[in-house]
Amino acid sequence: MNEMDNKWIGKNTIRPDGADKVTGRAEYAADTIMPGMIWGKVLRSPHPHATIKSINTKKAEKLDGVFSVATSADCVDFPVDTPVILGIQDIRWMARNVLAKEKVLFHGHPIAAVAARTEEIAEKACELIEVDYDVHPWAIEIDDAIKPDAPILHDFIKFDGKPSNIVGTLEHKKGNIEEGFKDADIIIEKEFETAAVHQGYLETHACLVSVSPDDKTIIWSSSQGQFMVRAMTSFITGIPQSSIRAIPAEIGGGFGGKTIVYLEPVATILSKKSGRPVKMVMTREEVMRASGPTSGSKSKVKIGAKNDGKITAAQGTFYLQAGAFPGAPIRGAAGCCLAPYDIPNAHTFGYDVVSNRSKVAAYRAPGAPIGAYAVECVIDEVAEALKICPLEFRLKNAAKQGTKAVHGPTYPVMGYVETLEACLSHPHYKAPLKKLQGRGYASGFWFNAGGESSAQVNITEDGNVVVTTGHPDIGGSRASIANITAELLGIDVNRVSVLIGDTASIGFSNLTGGSRVLFASALVVTESTNQVIDILKDRASKIWNIDKEAIEWENGQARPAGDNAGKFKPLTLVELAEKATPTGGPIGAGHQVNTVGAEGGFATHICDVEVDIELGIARVIRYTAAQDVGKAIHPAYVEGQLQGGVVQGIGWALNEEYIYNKEGKLDNPGFLDYRIPVCSDLPMIDTILVEVPNPKHPQGVRGVGEVPIVPPLSAIANAIYNAIGTRFYSLPMSPPKILEKISD
Amino acid sequence: MSEVKFISPETLEQAVDAYYKSSKEGKTKILAGGTDLLVQIRSGISQPDTIIDIKNIKELKEISNDNGSYTIGAAVAGAVLDEEEDFGNNWPGVLEALRLIGSEQIQGRASLGGNLCNASPAGDSVPALIASGATVKVHGPEGERNMPIESFHAGPGKTNLKNGEIVVNFQFPKKQKCSGDAYLRMIPRTEMDIAVVGCAVNVTIENDKCVDARVALGAVAPTALLVEDASKALIGSNFEKEAVEKAALACEAACNPIDDKRGTISYRKKVSKVLFKRALEKAIERAKKG
Ligand SMILES: Cc1cc2nc3c(=O)[nH]c(=O)nc-3n(C[C@H](O)[C@H](O)[C@H](O)COP(=O)(O)OP(=O)(O)OC[C@H]3O[C@@H](n4cnc5c(N)ncnc54)[C@H](O)[C@@H]3O)c2cc1C
Repeated sequence: MNEMDNKWIGKNTIRPDGADKVTGRAEYAADTIMPGMIWGKVLRSPHPHATIKSINTKKAEKLDGVFSVATSADCVDFPVDTPVILGIQDIRWMARNVLAKEKVLFHGHPIAAVAARTEEIAEKACELIEVDYDVHPWAIEIDDAIKPDAPILHDFIKFDGKPSNIVGTLEHKKGNIEEGFKDADIIIEKEFETAAVHQGYLETHACLVSVSPDDKTIIWSSSQGQFMVRAMTSFITGIPQSSIRAIPAEIGGGFGGKTIVYLEPVATILSKKSGRPVKMVMTREEVMRASGPTSGSKSKVKIGAKNDGKITAAQGTFYLQAGAFPGAPIRGAAGCCLAPYDIPNAHTFGYDVVSNRSKVAAYRAPGAPIGAYAVECVIDEVAEALKICPLEFRLKNAAKQGTKAVHGPTYPVMGYVETLEACLSHPHYKAPLKKLQGRGYASGFWFNAGGESSAQVNITEDGNVVVTTGHPDIGGSRASIANITAELLGIDVNRVSVLIGDTASIGFSNLTGGSRVLFASALVVTESTNQVIDILKDRASKIWNIDKEAIEWENGQARPAGDNAGKFKPLTLVELAEKATPTGGPIGAGHQVNTVGAEGGFATHICDVEVDIELGIARVIRYTAAQDVGKAIHPAYVEGQLQGGVVQGIGWALNEEYIYNKEGKLDNPGFLDYRIPVCSDLPMIDTILVEVPNPKHPQGVRGVGEVPIVPPLSAIANAIYNAIGTRFYSLPMSPPKILEKISD
Repeated sequence: MSEVKFISPETLEQAVDAYYKSSKEGKTKILAGGTDLLVQIRSGISQPDTIIDIKNIKELKEISNDNGSYTIGAAVAGAVLDEEEDFGNNWPGVLEALRLIGSEQIQGRASLGGNLCNASPAGDSVPALIASGATVKVHGPEGERNMPIESFHAGPGKTNLKNGEIVVNFQFPKKQKCSGDAYLRMIPRTEMDIAVVGCAVNVTIENDKCVDARVALGAVAPTALLVEDASKALIGSNFEKEAVEKAALACEAACNPIDDKRGTISYRKKVSKVLFKRALEKAIERAKKG
């Protein structure tokens, strides 16, 4: 396709979900109601760590207005020694996270649930449930969890032959690390810490579930994948997937945190037992206490370089909190951290550490910001020691097409160098700074994902188009799919309507995660649309009685390919739709495939901060994010992704943190003391969309949603150093921390 | 929440009577703007069985200016006071403190009376009210009495109101010539946050000399504080460095903060000095304008 001729791809078309959202019509999970509906509430653990000796629900069941009670005894039993893998999750842990079985492992861990006429009655009934606990010592921080006499969460998991809270490791190696450091003229090694941070989606988890007497189950819920909801609910409740219809609601933010279930299996059990539709809505406090934040971490990074600026070796060790169950995103930390660089000798190592915190869930490029934070800060120190501009230093060591990455692959065409060059030539790079202002740089990488997708493209009887895909739209996939379909068909974008199908109306589609959705769904939609065009040509060939090969599709019309084909007036999509029945019936096509060829994404950011050294406040005053976005199908949405990632990175760097009190309980379970940035905390975030198309994709698409949260942590840390000459090795760089360190 | 009785009296006497009686039988709460109360009810911190809305009582919604002495009804919303142009010219520090409360939406409801009676050590308007020298009129079963703001609180969440007493209004002294007040707070974010430290300063200047000064701190002790040693250090000075430093040290010494998720003891102490100096500068600038 010739770029210049694009009519819709690359245009900021109107969002198909816009009108509904701004007028309050959009239906989120908590908006759904059903006749006869009752309310479910969860009883949560008051202890951070205890064995459950018994649960007595009799009194709760007897309370007037109570319909059903659920505990783990109502769930399918998954023995602890047998993995049951679904994507990156293990259903053994998922089931125990949804309803605790042998032990409670964090304060707020669900133990039982009640469905009753009102939420108040359900809450009251929860208080009547008697749980007999054997309370254990607990460990919250990584250091406490890995010390020799630490309380062990899962005694059947061993490390070095002994029961341990280190529940997994991962390693990447390249070259010879010892030789590499021997070659270096300068070596810098530093240790870093980051706090656990929450995804901070505004919509709390919610669902409505109705189970009929024959087990036919309908689930309305807000998630990043209706098929994930169906599969996990099926595993945990034992109801076959074919009996479950999961309907995706509009989603009020997920950022990875809605790639697993919390409420759906519980509501399903409560509904099955009561015969009533059951609705459950978490409070913000429940979300903060019991839904996934991402890991806090401790890491150590060592980088060696020659005086000429070439990196000879790099080493990184990353300990990441998993929360109560195995599954910390160590691959993101240890795998992405060195990805932007061509380093001959490298070694990264990740440790998955459980402790008495809520189970982590995915958060935008899971683990990658943690790895990049440590590496990009050390890169800045090495560049400084060598007296080279940090961007030039990165350019000198940049990975390119053909570079063998530390995490394995040999890179295809990619645009990392272009992001560095774009920053070097951007006015921000040279803009003057005032006193107590500083500038920092950082790069970042995220793998991006492909995976299963399904699409169906149907021509309506009036000659318009309905496209159905199977992924909840979080970052603008509907608008982008409309652009692509309109482009391929050569019709006005407003004639294309894009819907998200439920699990009964579209083929299996993996969840919205890994920045995969537009990459994958554009592939299957393109294939489906091309099939539709083929059918349309076929219909025209029947009407004109000429060969299909002699027909071309252009500007939304079938026309004879040349004079030899014959002289016919072109047939429009509307005309062909009108004649669909006599020419062979309904026109439509679908495609389902496991997509491959999603290539990684790279970004480089420039950040300016100003520090109030008397109060310890660092404010971001200017920010520019350059990213290889492949091809921006809907540029405003792509910019929005970049800006959103940066905003979350700013929160992570400066103020957000899970704070635990002495009783092992989260002390800031709300948006007052868990400080995500507000608008007035932020500058306008400038974006540079570098377009190096992905050669393995028909429109050149690369995932764009996760990369932008990777560089900010270190870009900000480096900028603060540049402003005041003090380096910080621990996040968040909150005012008390900054002031304490600079007044030393 | 189960059923709640909601009363909306139109006179102070009715309100006090209902408040006194129902408090004896159960948990009763006064409702002004509700921006604290409703949040507390929702989170389960407060579970009243009777709510008395005071927004229909005329006296509590009135603003009057008697020859430069302002009286502000306890239930007047921030946004309403904001439109009272001359009040801000007289007490810019009080107004800026009130305006820091919440957002546009919150301002449509939040009152000075609610901020005071909620008795959070971090309430933003309280240090500014203390620095202004305002007093508060309360009405109860035994009649009326006046209290200086600095003796209104008994501790976090606790006031010295007696059973059945309601705050009626705030009475401001006549603003001195060449005086000015200012309020500043430290929050980690730029808005929608709770003060880690708040500081209000009110100074009067005559021939470049400080003739009167009131300094108040919030969020650094169980209640907002009037820092008399800081006033003493300033009065009689020309705001020379030594005097300002002495007053700043008095602020630091007055702090009796806690280490919590919002800030450490040492952080709050350091910040109290900084905010004092910055607020003082602002107050002096205003005082010099008249
Ligand atoms: C989003 C948000 C942001 C906020 N930001 C801030 C902030 O930045 N700074 C800050 O200080 N506060 C803040 N608050 C808290 C609150 O808005 C203020 O304390 C406000 O001034 C309370 O006034 P109100 O009229 O709404 O009080 P209400 O909620 O009606 O009452 C508060 C308490 O005082 C009692 N009360 C009220 N009036 C009287 C009276 N006349 N006599 C006796 N008792 C009475 C009530 O019974 C209740 O216990 C915020 C609140 C919200 C929801």
